[in-house]
Amino acid sequence: MGKSLVGMVGSGVVLGSFILSVMAWMQVKESGAFEANAFTWLEVGSLHIEFGFLVDELSSLMMLIVTGIGFLIHVYSVGYMHDDVGFHKFFAYLNLFIFSMLLLVMGSNYLILFFGWEGVGLCSYLLIGFWYKNKEFGKAARKAFIMNRIGDLGLLIGMFMLFNEFGSLNYKDVLGAGLSSSYAITCICILFFIGAMGKSAQIPLYTWLPDAMAGPTPVSALIHAATMVTAGIYLVARSGVLYTASPDAMQLVMYVGLATATFAATIGLKQNDIKKVLAYSTVSQLGFMFVALGVGAYTTAMFHVTTHAFFKALLFLGSGSVIHAMGGEQDIRKMGGLKKYLPITHLTFLIGTLAIAGIPPLAGFFSKDEILTNTYYGGGSFVFIMLCITSVLTAIYMLRLYFLTFRGSFRGTREQEHHLHESPLSMTLPLIVLAILSVVGGFLGVPEWMEHKLGLHHTLNGWLGNVVHNAAHPAVTEMFEYTLLAVSIAILFILALAVRTFYISRKTLPEPDEEEIGIVKLLSHKYYIDELYDAIFVRPIQSLGTFLHDYIEKPVIDGLVNGFGRLSKSSGKLIRLLQTGNTEFYLLGMVLGIIVIFVLNFIM
Amino acid sequence: MAILLVLIPLLSACSLLLAKGMAKSIAVVSSLINLGLTFFFLSQFNNEGGFQFGDDLIWVERLGLHFHYGIDGITLLLLLLTNVLTPIILIGSFGRKYDNEALFYGLILLMNAGLNGVFMSLDGLLFYIFWEITLLPIWFICAIWGGHDRIRITLKFFIYTFAGSLLMLLALIYVYLQTPGIHSFDITALYAVKLTAAEQCWIFWGFFAAFAIKMPVWPFHSWQPDTYTVSPAPGTMLLSGIMLKMGIYGLIRWMMPLAPAALKDSGQIAIWLSIAGIVYAAIIAIRQQDLKRVVAWSSISHVGLIAAGIMTATTAGLQGGMLQMLAHGINVVGLFLVIEMIEQRLNIRDMSLLGGIAKPAPKLAVLFMIIMLGSVAVPLTNGFVGEFLLLNGVFQFGIWAAAIAGLTVIFCAVYMLRIYQLTMFGETNQLTATTPDVNPREFWLLAILCVPVLFFGFYPQPLLDIARNDIENLLKIIAVSN
Repeated sequence: MGKSLVGMVGSGVVLGSFILSVMAWMQVKESGAFEANAFTWLEVGSLHIEFGFLVDELSSLMMLIVTGIGFLIHVYSVGYMHDDVGFHKFFAYLNLFIFSMLLLVMGSNYLILFFGWEGVGLCSYLLIGFWYKNKEFGKAARKAFIMNRIGDLGLLIGMFMLFNEFGSLNYKDVLGAGLSSSYAITCICILFFIGAMGKSAQIPLYTWLPDAMAGPTPVSALIHAATMVTAGIYLVARSGVLYTASPDAMQLVMYVGLATATFAATIGLKQNDIKKVLAYSTVSQLGFMFVALGVGAYTTAMFHVTTHAFFKALLFLGSGSVIHAMGGEQDIRKMGGLKKYLPITHLTFLIGTLAIAGIPPLAGFFSKDEILTNTYYGGGSFVFIMLCITSVLTAIYMLRLYFLTFRGSFRGTREQEHHLHESPLSMTLPLIVLAILSVVGGFLGVPEWMEHKLGLHHTLNGWLGNVVHNAAHPAVTEMFEYTLLAVSIAILFILALAVRTFYISRKTLPEPDEEEIGIVKLLSHKYYIDELYDAIFVRPIQSLGTFLHDYIEKPVIDGLVNGFGRLSKSSGKLIRLLQTGNTEFYLLGMVLGIIVIFVLNFIM
Repeated sequence: MAILLVLIPLLSACSLLLAKGMAKSIAVVSSLINLGLTFFFLSQFNNEGGFQFGDDLIWVERLGLHFHYGIDGITLLLLLLTNVLTPIILIGSFGRKYDNEALFYGLILLMNAGLNGVFMSLDGLLFYIFWEITLLPIWFICAIWGGHDRIRITLKFFIYTFAGSLLMLLALIYVYLQTPGIHSFDITALYAVKLTAAEQCWIFWGFFAAFAIKMPVWPFHSWQPDTYTVSPAPGTMLLSGIMLKMGIYGLIRWMMPLAPAALKDSGQIAIWLSIAGIVYAAIIAIRQQDLKRVVAWSSISHVGLIAAGIMTATTAGLQGGMLQMLAHGINVVGLFLVIEMIEQRLNIRDMSLLGGIAKPAPKLAVLFMIIMLGSVAVPLTNGFVGEFLLLNGVFQFGIWAAAIAGLTVIFCAVYMLRIYQLTMFGETNQLTATTPDVNPREFWLLAILCVPVLFFGFYPQPLLDIARNDIENLLKIIAVSN
C-alpha cells in the first residue's frame, strides 16, 4: 500500500470509530447505558468472564476523547511521519493502540479493562521504541513497560481479591450494591491504585513517562498525554463506589496525587527539552486529577481529563510542529523567536499555554477551578494551599517554555533558521481544532454560580452522575469564586510580566548543563530519582542474579548434586570389591538371599 | 485404538533404520499421521468425563499387571501438545544437517512414542516403563549430537533423572503392595488404596522427587540449564516443549490422587519450593548472556508457577496448569526455534555480540515478537490465560504466595524484553547486518506456532472445556480421600 492510502485507511477507521462513538453517546443520552456480551471468554469453576462491553456515560465520554483526539492525531501523523521508513508500522501500532484503549474503557468487567490496560502498555512500549535502532529509546521503552507491569501486578492481585470478595468481576455486580467499608475493600482500592500509579505515572512509578518522550511526538500527544495515562483516573473513577467506601484509600490517593503534582511541577521548572517540560507537566496534571479523586470529586477529575486531553494534545502537537521545523532539535535554549516563522503553531501553542495556566474562560480554568474548590472543602487547607502553589508553578514553567520558544530572537544555527517553516495543513489543522476545543471545552462544566448567569448547566456533572457521584460539599459562595478568579488572573498577569522580563527583556538564558549548580542542578537532574532507583532496585537485582548464579547455584545447589554423584561413585568402588569373580561366593550370596526371603515370608 | 499413537512412531522408527535414505520423509509422515489421529480423537471425544479410546489387556496376570491405557481430557490435551509439536520440531531440524540421520530421526520418533505412552498409561508400572523409555532416546540425542562437554552434562542429566524415577518406582510399588487380593498396578486399584497420613507423606515425596527433577522444580533443577544449552536444538525443544510436561502430568495423575492428605502439609512445602524457583530462576535469567540459557532459566521460572498452581488443588489452578502446559510448550519451542535460526545464521548465541536483526530480518522480528509476547503473558495471548488462572489458584492458597509468584509478571517482562532488545533492536553490527530473513519453511513453522498463541489468548474456552469434567472428577477423588 502506498503511504497516502495507509494514512487514509489508518485515519479513516478511527474517524469511523469516532462517528460510532458519537452515535453510542447519543444512544446513552436517550435510553441510558447498554451492555453487550460478545461471548464467554472464560468459565472455570465459579469464575465466569464474559467478553462483554458496557457503554454508559463514563465510557462514552472516554470513547469520544479517545477516538476524537485519536483521529486528529492520526491526521497529524500523516504529515509528521511522512518521511519515516516505518510509516506503515506506525499506523498499525497507532490503530492497535486505539483498539486497546477502547477495550479498556468499554469493557463491562475488570478483566476486559485489564486486557486493554496491558494492551495500551504494549502499544506504548512499541511506539516509544519505534525508532528501534537507538539503544536509549529501547531502554526507555522497556522501562515504560516494566514500570507499568509493576502496577499491573497490583491491579491483578486486586482483581483476585475483588473476585474473592464479590464472586464476580463485573462492574454491575461489584459496584451496584451499597457497600460498607471493610479492610478488604481498602486493600482492593490500594491495589487498584498501585495499578493506576503505574499507568498514570504517579509517585513512585512516574519516572517512565518523561523517558517515554523518546517516541515520535504524535505518540507523546496521544498516548503519553491525552489518553493512555488517564486510564488510571478512569479506573479509580469507575471504581468510585469502592473508593467512597474506603476513606483511608482516598486519603492515600489524595496525598500521592498532591505529592506528584507538586514534585513534577518543580522539575518542570528547570527542564530544557521542550517535550520533557510537557512530560513533567503531564505528570503534574495527572497528580491534580488524583487529588480530585482523593477528595471524592470523581466527575471533576473526569472533567480535567477531558480539558487536559484538549490542551495537552495541542501543546504536544505544537511542540511536534516546532521540532519538525527545527529539524529535530528539542532544546529550547537553541530556539527563540519562532513566532514569526510558525504563526499558526505559535498562536495555537499560546492558547494551549493559557489554557493549562488557567486563564478564564479557557478550558483549563474551569476544570482546575473545580478541582481547587473541591479540594478546599474535601482536602483541608494544607492540600488546598499546596495545590494553589502548584498551579502557580504550572503557570511559571509553561510561560517560561512559551517565551523561550516563541519570543525573543532565534538562537539556533543559520542553517536551522533557513530551514524554519510552518508545518503542512495536515499538521496545522489538528492544531486549530484542538485550539478551539481548548478555548470552549471548559463550558462542558461551568461552575454553579455561573450556571444561572450564562444559562448553561454543568453538563458533565449531571451526565456522569448516573455512574459516579461527587462527594457532597457545601455550596460555594460567589465571593469565594470571584476571589479565586480575580487572584488567578492577577497572579498570571504578574507572572507573565516577570517571566517575560527575565527571559526576553534581560535575555537571561537557562545555563548550559555543565554550569548548573545547587538547586538548579538538582531540579534539572530530576532530583536524581532515576539514579536512586538504579541504585536501590536495578543494580541490586542484577547483582543478586550474578550472586545467585555464582555463589548459590554452582557451589551449593549443583555442588550438592555433584556431591551425591561422587558419593555413589565411591560407594560403587566399595561394592565393586564384592565382585570377586568367585562363583562360590556368588552362590553363597544367593542362598543367603533365599533364606532371608523365606524368613520374611514366614514372619509376614 | 489409541495405542496406534505409540505403535505408529515405534514402527516408523524401526523402518527408518531399514530405509535410511528416506529418514526425513518417513519421520515427518509418521508424525503427521499421529497428528491426524490426535485430531480424530479430538473430534470423537466426549468431554463428559472418563477414559475413552482405550483398552485393558492382561499383561502378567499373577502380578496384576495390565496393559491399560485410555484418553481423558487431561491426556487429550497433552497428546495434542505432543503430536502438534513433534512435526514442528522435526521440520524445524531440517535447517541443519545431522550425522546419521536415520538414527537421529528414529530417536525423535521413539520419543514421540514414549511420550504418548506416558500420557495414556492407566497402569502404574506401564506408566513407569514408558517414563523410563522416554529417557533413553533423549539422552542419546543430547549425548551424540550435543555441543561442548556434552558427555559429562548429559550423564549427569541421565543419572539425576533416573535416580528420581527410582524413588517414584519405590513409591508405586509400595502403593501396589497395599492393594487388596492379587496386587494390582491398575490406576483405579491404586486410587482406592487408603493410606495413613504418614504413609502418604512418604509417597508424596517419592513421586515429587521424580516429577520435580523432571520439570524441574527448584532446587532440583541444576541439571537443566546445562542440558538445555548443550543439547542440539531439537533435543532442547523435546525436553522443554514436551518432556517436562511429563513431570507436571505426573503430579496431576499420580501424585495428588495417591497422596491427597499430604497436600495439606508436604504439599505446602512443595508449593513454596516452586514459588521460590519462580523468583530465583527469573532473577538469574536476567543476567544470562547466552540466549539458550535465558530461555532455559525462564522455563524453570514458568514451570514453577505451573507446579505451584496445580498443587493448590483448586479448579483454577488445575485448569490454568493444563492450559499453561500447552502455552508454555508452544512458546518455548517457538523461542528455541528462533534461537536456532539465529544460531544457524550467525553461529553465536551470545547476546552481547548480536543486535539490530529486525532491520535485515523484519519477518523474523515480527514472529519472534508474537511468540515473545505469548511468553510474557500479555493478555489476548495464550500465556496470559494460564498465568491468570494459575495466579488465581495460588491466590486461593495465600495472598502473599500470589504476590511473590506474581513477581514473574514483572521479571518475565524484564528478561524477555532484554533478549528481544539485544538481538532484534539497536544498531546492526558487522556480523548481523546481513542476517538473512526467514525462508518459507521457517516462516510457516513460526507462523503456525503464532496461530495458537493468538487464538487461544482470544478464545481459550474450547481448550478449557476439554478437560473440565475430568479435572472436576479428579478434584473430587482428592477431596473424598481427604
